[in-house]
Parts: sequence; structure tokens; C-alpha cells
Amino acid sequence: MSGAAYEPVIGLEIHVQLKTRTKMFCGCELSFGDPANVHTCPVCLGLPGTLPVTNERAVHFGLMIGLALGCQIAPRSMFHRKNYFYPDLPKGYQISQYDVPLCTGGALGDVRIHRVHLEEDAAKLVHVSESGRIHGADTTIVDFNRGGTPLVEIVTEPDVRSPEQAREWLGLLRATLRALGVSDVNMEEGSLRCDANVSVRRAGSTELGTKTELKNMNSFRFLERGVRAEIERQIGLLESGGEVELATLHFDPATGRLSTLRSKEEAHDYRYLPEPDLVPLVATDEMLEAARAALPELPAARAERFVRDMGLSGDRARELAFRGDQADYFESALAEGKGADPVTLANWMPQLMSRIGPEADPGGSRVAPAALAALVDMVKARRVSRDAAGEVLSRMVADGGDPEAIVEREGLGVLGGDDDGLAEIVAAAIAADPAAAEQVRSGNGRAVGPLVGYVMRETKGRADGADVTRLIRTQLGLD
Amino acid sequence: MDDILELTGAQAAAAITRGELDARELFELYRERASRDPLNAFTWVAEAPPASDPAPAPLAGVPIAVKDLYCTEGVPSQAGSRILEGYRPPYTATVVARLAAAGAPLLAKTNQDEFAMGSSTENSAFGPVRNPWDQERVPGGSSGGSAAAVAAGLAPWAIGTDTGGSIRQPAALCGVVGLKPTYGACSRYGMIAFASSLDQAGPLTRDVTDAALLLSHMAGRDPCDSTSIGLREPVTLPSRSDLKGVRLGVPEELTGADSGVQDGVRARFDETLAIAENLGAIVEPCRLPHAPHALSAYYLIAPAEASANLARYDGVRYGLRVDGDDDLLSMYRRTRAAGFGAEVKRRIMLGTYALSSGYYDAYYGAAQKVRTKIAEDFAIAFGTFDFVVTPTSPWTAFELGSKAQDPLAMYLNDFCTVPMPLAGIPAISIPAGLSDGLPVGFQFAGPAFGENALLDAAFALEQALEFDQRPARLHESQLVGAGDAEGTQ
Repeated sequence: MSGAAYEPVIGLEIHVQLKTRTKMFCGCELSFGDPANVHTCPVCLGLPGTLPVTNERAVHFGLMIGLALGCQIAPRSMFHRKNYFYPDLPKGYQISQYDVPLCTGGALGDVRIHRVHLEEDAAKLVHVSESGRIHGADTTIVDFNRGGTPLVEIVTEPDVRSPEQAREWLGLLRATLRALGVSDVNMEEGSLRCDANVSVRRAGSTELGTKTELKNMNSFRFLERGVRAEIERQIGLLESGGEVELATLHFDPATGRLSTLRSKEEAHDYRYLPEPDLVPLVATDEMLEAARAALPELPAARAERFVRDMGLSGDRARELAFRGDQADYFESALAEGKGADPVTLANWMPQLMSRIGPEADPGGSRVAPAALAALVDMVKARRVSRDAAGEVLSRMVADGGDPEAIVEREGLGVLGGDDDGLAEIVAAAIAADPAAAEQVRSGNGRAVGPLVGYVMRETKGRADGADVTRLIRTQLGLD
Repeated sequence: MDDILELTGAQAAAAITRGELDARELFELYRERASRDPLNAFTWVAEAPPASDPAPAPLAGVPIAVKDLYCTEGVPSQAGSRILEGYRPPYTATVVARLAAAGAPLLAKTNQDEFAMGSSTENSAFGPVRNPWDQERVPGGSSGGSAAAVAAGLAPWAIGTDTGGSIRQPAALCGVVGLKPTYGACSRYGMIAFASSLDQAGPLTRDVTDAALLLSHMAGRDPCDSTSIGLREPVTLPSRSDLKGVRLGVPEELTGADSGVQDGVRARFDETLAIAENLGAIVEPCRLPHAPHALSAYYLIAPAEASANLARYDGVRYGLRVDGDDDLLSMYRRTRAAGFGAEVKRRIMLGTYALSSGYYDAYYGAAQKVRTKIAEDFAIAFGTFDFVVTPTSPWTAFELGSKAQDPLAMYLNDFCTVPMPLAGIPAISIPAGLSDGLPVGFQFAGPAFGENALLDAAFALEQALEFDQRPARLHESQLVGAGDAEGTQ
């Protein structure tokens, strides 16, 4: 396979469940995990005679997303009916937006946005069988709790060029939506869903190849793997003289295989119809102003600020900024730990995250931001060694508390001076490894490693590496 | 007893308020008559008056008959269709709830063309309704049950819905008053939808005053219906006794030689215009150049919307379900094949086709343009005229079954009534004499939200016409079970 001869062209379609209190077109509360069909009413059950009423909060969130992505907001957007029969769709059509969506244009990072529109979610089908899959199911139950949940669909231009970029960009989008506070953006729970339109073309070509649509990859990893698998499949097809056919595909992460959900011939004709039960959605100046006022600093801008004003590396800045909770924690530690060095503090954040779990909110941990800042300061002042500080941090994560007090109580303070026995341990290290000592003495500076290692083991990491090296050299008569 | 039957709804309400008539007695009188209906006007009749005496309210307990397609909590509401067999809604339509709150309790549900698709009330899963003027003839439709019930004195008043003429045309064929308000005047919440951008609730009554009184309690903005607006001014009861200076435009396109208006209907129409002139009206020809295309546009737009509105009847959640061969598609197919009647299927097919990829612009898109042109025609006409007037229906009531096999001929019934809902404007039909013993309707159409002026003008003409409805009122001896001590059925 000559992959380099081909360029992947990828566009993403993202569905975001909005975190409103009630559904898109009725007053039922949103829920996740409640018993089936407890959040329903005549409207979201599609009972005869019922009519939709647009959720103002969902429109507000839609406008916030549009503004955050730099879109143009339509002064009057339209709702349409998208017609198809399925038991998860109680009206026989989904209310969505079609030729006049809420927002068009815009960009996030290096990917342009095609459009952003509002719609309602379908209900959830629960297949009752041993496997839980649709094939071989005895019965299917429709749970209308989810039916009518407000959704925003974000469609990108085909600007993504690799599976890795797709994954990374989706991360930026998720961080942005999380910062806006408009969604839980949880892929496992389905509040963030991603489809990918994938095609490949000869490198250097400006024409688009035939695309396929990969449906519903429900994690970042599956998105990357699914897109990669599809790119390889398409290149394989072309290389063997075949052609890519328009189709909707499903990626099975368990097997890594792609299966066809719908071929071109089976494509739906949705018979879009302007929704006569709703008046056009007019975005007034007041609504736009309110949406603008609600915009926080967005992750991309925040990462730039971390680099520009604090000297963080780009990677570290994005790592923090794309996880709003980490960035919030980081900034409050900076503010509370007066004079803490941002770069050092930022480098300690992964230490904290690895101890509390990568998905946890550090703000909810037992480690107060000021306490982390204090610990980092102690390391910088060499009052505790890096290794010992790690131990202190583990204790703070487990029990909370102040690092000074923990160091004091546990005796984890840095060893140094003449009265704490460090000189004796250094002497023991030299005695234990005369060969290394001889090499150091004869000018091989790197040979000091095993000696320092011995001391560190003996002191359980409490000694300061520089102090130890200095003592070794003194005792060997080099300084 | 006969005296009470002579009372209009407003008169009965006034009599109850004055203490001269007992509301329960009135309810029971009509309930008993309705339960012995020989016309098949009802799909359901209340078993007893409301449990408690109504609190003092403007409509004083005068009961109302409601078209089947209005959802009424706990009461069968099938829109005349088999596909909603056994369906009892968990909620009540806004308009029905408003009327009940104003003191008009539910007397009965009235028969109709299935999903309001028809002009004869022959397309009902409950069988056809008969016209009380001649029981071998249709009452018009789709609100034929409501029109027949009011004309026959089986209900004091009724409400229906109008999409392309479904209130006005049966009102005309049954010799009663039928008002289609401005689109958005009344909430559509709880009306089982046919064509959402056209459907509108309205009264069918013995006279214009009753229509005004009911409208005053039906209209209003409803938070459950985004397209409802209410009326801009409160409805006043009509009192005008002349038409001095009122300019009536007679559109050549709807009334001329090509319009297919029956001779007898034309004669009554011309006589009515002469009476209007005697009252001081100025009658002149006017132009609605696009009106002849209204029917074509209507039969694309309404079926298109209906094809989506009727998609929910799939056998999954309520109403009829016919089991399939262990798969979803065959269940859908069999349920819908068994549940919908021929006319409904025809319109679903028409609408589905009109919206299909590649045909949308040529059909639905073009129809929407025609619709805009028709609205512009009316706007221009109302620059010169206060009202546009036409015969309501080109024909009087026709014989049962005579047009059932010819959909196109049936559609022509709506020739004069379809342009108004396309333009969203209000129109009223009042009885204007008989032709061969059958009622002829006279239609006024006015500008949007001009209900008060419309009702006033219709009232003035009504007073001068002195139409006699009594021949249609069913005598005790004509009711089911007459002379039978048991009162069977």
C-alpha cells in the first residue's frame, strides 16, 4: 500500500446534546439513567394534535456555540421536518434545520465550520435479548426519555487531513463546548457524538474523492481508529483498481471492521418540509447580546494566553486549557500561591492528575490549589526533594492537608547540613561501590550516578541530588 | 320543549342566566336528541350532564358539539379514522378547554371526513352523515357532522375546523353559519392535524351572533401553539343593521361563467347581492387573478403537510396496530393499509410525491409561490373593497355517493373556499335562501384580523335575509326510536 501517494480528506459531523433543563420542544426534564419513559408528555410522545414550542434556552446555547465558533448568525432561521419512519421517532419526522440553519461559516482552530443547527434527538431503542444487540432481539422497547432532547449539529468543512488531527480537533471542540457550559460533552453517555465523512485523493489533487460516512464513533480512540481503518480501506480499494462507493458505514471497535449500514441505493429521501407548526426563529439583538455576554474565555484563547503571558510550552498550555477544570485549578493555584512559577506549577499538574485519575476534576480533589502551590514552592526552595514531594503529594491526595505540616510530621524534609547523617550515608555509598568512586575520582563525572542512587535509596529520596553530588566530590577529595 | 329548541345558543345562555331555563335540563334535552340522531352526525354522545352545575360563566352551560378531531381527555377522538381506533387522548384541545371554561360543556363529538379530508363527510370510518334537509344527500364536509347537528337541532352549536372550506362548505349545504377565523386567531393545540399551515378552528352556529359569541371564547394566543396570535381586538357581538358604504367585490374568477356555479346557486347569490345593495352596499366586480390556481396549489400544499402529519400513525404507540410478519416494515404497512381510508391514502401519496427529491421545486415550491400570489391578490382587492363575496359552494347538497368515485369533482366543491385559507384570511358563510329546497351559502371574506367587521356585515345581511332554518330541524317523530317505548339504540 502506498499511503503517501494519497491524501485523506475528512469532515466531521458532531451532535451535541445541550444541557438545558427541558427538552427542545416541550417542558419535559432532561435526564440520563432514569427509569424508561418517565420524562414524557403528549408533545414528545408525538400524540395527535400536539405542537412543538421552541426552547429559548436551547436557542441561547446554539447562539453561544455559533458565536464561539465565529459563525454568521442567521437573522431568521427555519425549522424543517425531516421525514422517515422509525419507532424512535414518534412523529414520523424529526424537527431539524435544513436550508436556513441558525449559523453558517466560522472556524475552530485550523478547521472551518460549515454550519451549526438546532434539532431534536430521537428516542432510545432498547433491544431486549441476551446480547443486547438488534439482531436476534426478541423485543425492542422504546424509551422516550431521550426523545426531544435538544441537539446542536456542527458540520465542519472537509479540512481535516489525518485521523490524529480528527481526534485532536474533536478534543478542542469538546473543550470549547465544555467551557461554554452548554453540554456535558460525554461521548460514552452520548452527549457528544461524532460521524466522519471520509474520502481520499491522489496527493496534489484538488478534487474530492467519493466519500463514505462513518457513523457514531463513541470515543476519541474509536474515531481515530475508525477513520484510519476507512482511509486504509479506501486506499486499498483504489490501489486494487476498485472504486469507493457512497455508503454509510459502521465501525466495530471490537473487531476493527467496517460494515455497511446503507448503500447509496438505500439512501433516504427525507422529503424536507418547512415546519408549519413553528414560526421562523428570529435572532434578535437582545438574544445575540445575551449570548455574547455569556461567552467565557475559550480554550484556544486560553492556551495562547498561557504560552504568551506565562511562558508555558504549547503542548502543556493546550493540555491544561483544553481541560477547563485543570486550567481553572492551575490558575487559582497561581493566584493563591503568591509568586509561584507558572512553568513549574504547570509541570506539576500531570503529577496531580496521575494521582487523582486523568478524568477527575482537580478542583474536586482534596488538594487545595494553594497547597499545591506551596508544595511547588518548597521544591523550588529545596526544602523538599522532588521525589519526596511526590510522596507528599500522594498523601495530600489521600488525606488533604498542608504540605509543610506533612513534611514536618513525616520527616520528609530535605537532608543536608552536618547533623542529619547524610555525610555518613555518602561515605557508606563510596565504601559500597569503590569501582564507581574510582572512576569519579579519575574524572568520569557520569560515574557518580550509582553513588547518588545509593544515597537516594537509603534516604528514601529525601536528599537533595545536588547536595549529595557535592558531598561525594568533597569526600573523594575532588573539590 | 319546542320553544327551547327555537333558542339560539346565545339566547339559551341568556335564558339560563336570567333563571328562566335550567342548564341541566337544556343539556339533557340535547343529549337525548343527539343520542337518537338518525343522521349519523355523532361519533360519541355524553352519557350525562356535567356532574356539578356550572359556575356562572358567559356561556352558562349551553352544551357544544365538537368535531371528532379535537382531542378531548378520556373521550374517543379519532378524527373519523379507523387508525385511531380506541384512542382516548390524555389531554383536551385548547379551544375545547377554553369553551368549557367559558361555560360550554362537551355534548358530543361530531362525525367528519377522515382527518378532515373531504367535502361530503362520506370519508368517515363511522360511515357517512346525512343532510337534515334531505337525508339522501350529503351535509358537505369535512365538518359535516357539526353542520348537520346544528341544522337538525341536535346540538345548540358546534365547532369544526376549516382547512380548505371544511367549516364554510358544510355550513352552506346545511343552511347554518360557519366562520373560518384568521389563521392564528385560535390555537390549533389539540386539533388532530391535517394541513398545519391551513387548519383553523371555527364555529358552526344557527346565526352570526352565536358565531361571534363562540369565537370570542375560542380566540386567543396559546403558549402551546407558536403559530397562534389571537385577535388584535376583542370580539364584539354584531349589531349592524345596514351595509351603507360597504364595498363588496365580486371576483370574476370565482363567480363567472367558468366557475361552475349552479344556476340555482347563482340566482340566490345575485338576489343576495341585490339585498346587500338595498342595505347600502356598493357591489362591484373585482379581480383575484390567481384564484383559479388556488385549488391546484391547495392540493399540493395540504397533502404535502398531511403526508408528514399522518406519519405518526404507525401502530407503535396508540390506535390501530395490525401485526406484521415479525418485522417492523410489514407491521407499518398493514397497519396503515387497514387504518387509512382511500382518500387519506390518495393524499398521503400526493403529498409524498410532491415533497420527493427532484420534485419539490416543481410542485411544493411552485405551490407556495402561487399561495403568495393569492395572498397578494386579496391584499390588492382589500385596498379597494371591504369584503370579497362569493357563493360558498358552487353547488347545493348533492346525493350521497354521487361524487364519491370522482375525487376531482369532489375537490371542485372547494373552488370558492380554498383561496381564503391559502391567504390566511377570515371568511364566513351565511345561509342565503334555498335552491330546489336546498340551502345556498353566501360567503364574505375580509382582511386578516378583521373578524369584527366581517361579523357585523354578515349580521346585517343575515337580518335582511331572514333565512328560515326550521324545515331542517328534526321533529321528535324523526328521531331514532320514535314511537318505540323502549327508545332503542
